[in-house]
Amino acid sequence: MSLLYPLLLSSALFGIGVYGVLARRNAVLVLLGVELMLNSVTLNLVAFDAWFADALHTGQVLTLFTIALAAAEIGLGLAIVLALFRAVRTVDVDEVGR
Amino acid sequence: MNGTEVVFVVLSLLAVGSAVLAMTSPQLVHAALWLVVTLGAVAGCFVLMTAEFVAWVQVLVYVGSVVVLVIFALMLTRQSGRTTAEVTGNRWTAAVLGLVAAVGLGATMVAGFAGERIEGRRIGTAASIGEALFTDWVLPFEILSGVLLAALVGAIVLSRSGSDR
Repeated sequence: MSLLYPLLLSSALFGIGVYGVLARRNAVLVLLGVELMLNSVTLNLVAFDAWFADALHTGQVLTLFTIALAAAEIGLGLAIVLALFRAVRTVDVDEVGR
Repeated sequence: MNGTEVVFVVLSLLAVGSAVLAMTSPQLVHAALWLVVTLGAVAGCFVLMTAEFVAWVQVLVYVGSVVVLVIFALMLTRQSGRTTAEVTGNRWTAAVLGLVAAVGLGATMVAGFAGERIEGRRIGTAASIGEALFTDWVLPFEILSGVLLAALVGAIVLSRSGSDR
């Protein structure tokens, strides 16, 4: 399989994630965009691991670490969003910034 | 273009299409559910790139728990009686920046890695990944469990109600 397919897919997913982070009003969906960007990064890691045929499986192990860190990030991020919602009764990033 | 590449392109189109819908859908829960489709398609891509263990971890952690957490958060933060537009005023700036990021990264990849091929000589089975994880990578693995514990404690502290703090 050509290496370019996963790399181009991850570039496209990263761009869509950038759009989601910058354009969404709801803070929970902003976090969703961050998850999409992290997933495109893991796609890159797995692609380069398979291409390099690494004896230590560096890319795939790093992917597992990234998935665990993404789970920790979404847990903390949602806790912050819930605390924000209790404080100001909204999760709209435009209104919170005002 | 062989069979693997055809399946990969189909999964890629599925992933990109559902990702666009997840980032633009006005229905919040629908957006989270479209993200499930994206993450599932990316897991399929992992299988095609001979990373089967990572694919199952992706299904378990992302599709199984992260999306459930997001849906719970969407339900807990639902604002009653107010319908605002789901995108901010700077959506066109965001679209341009996203397009620039995607095209820039894609052009870099094409310039750097055109013609390279994935041969699939080392399959990422549970046995081989587990052996790598618990021999060469055991120290980062243990540190990561400390990070997860810190995140857990932090999330509990943040979500306690303010009266008893």
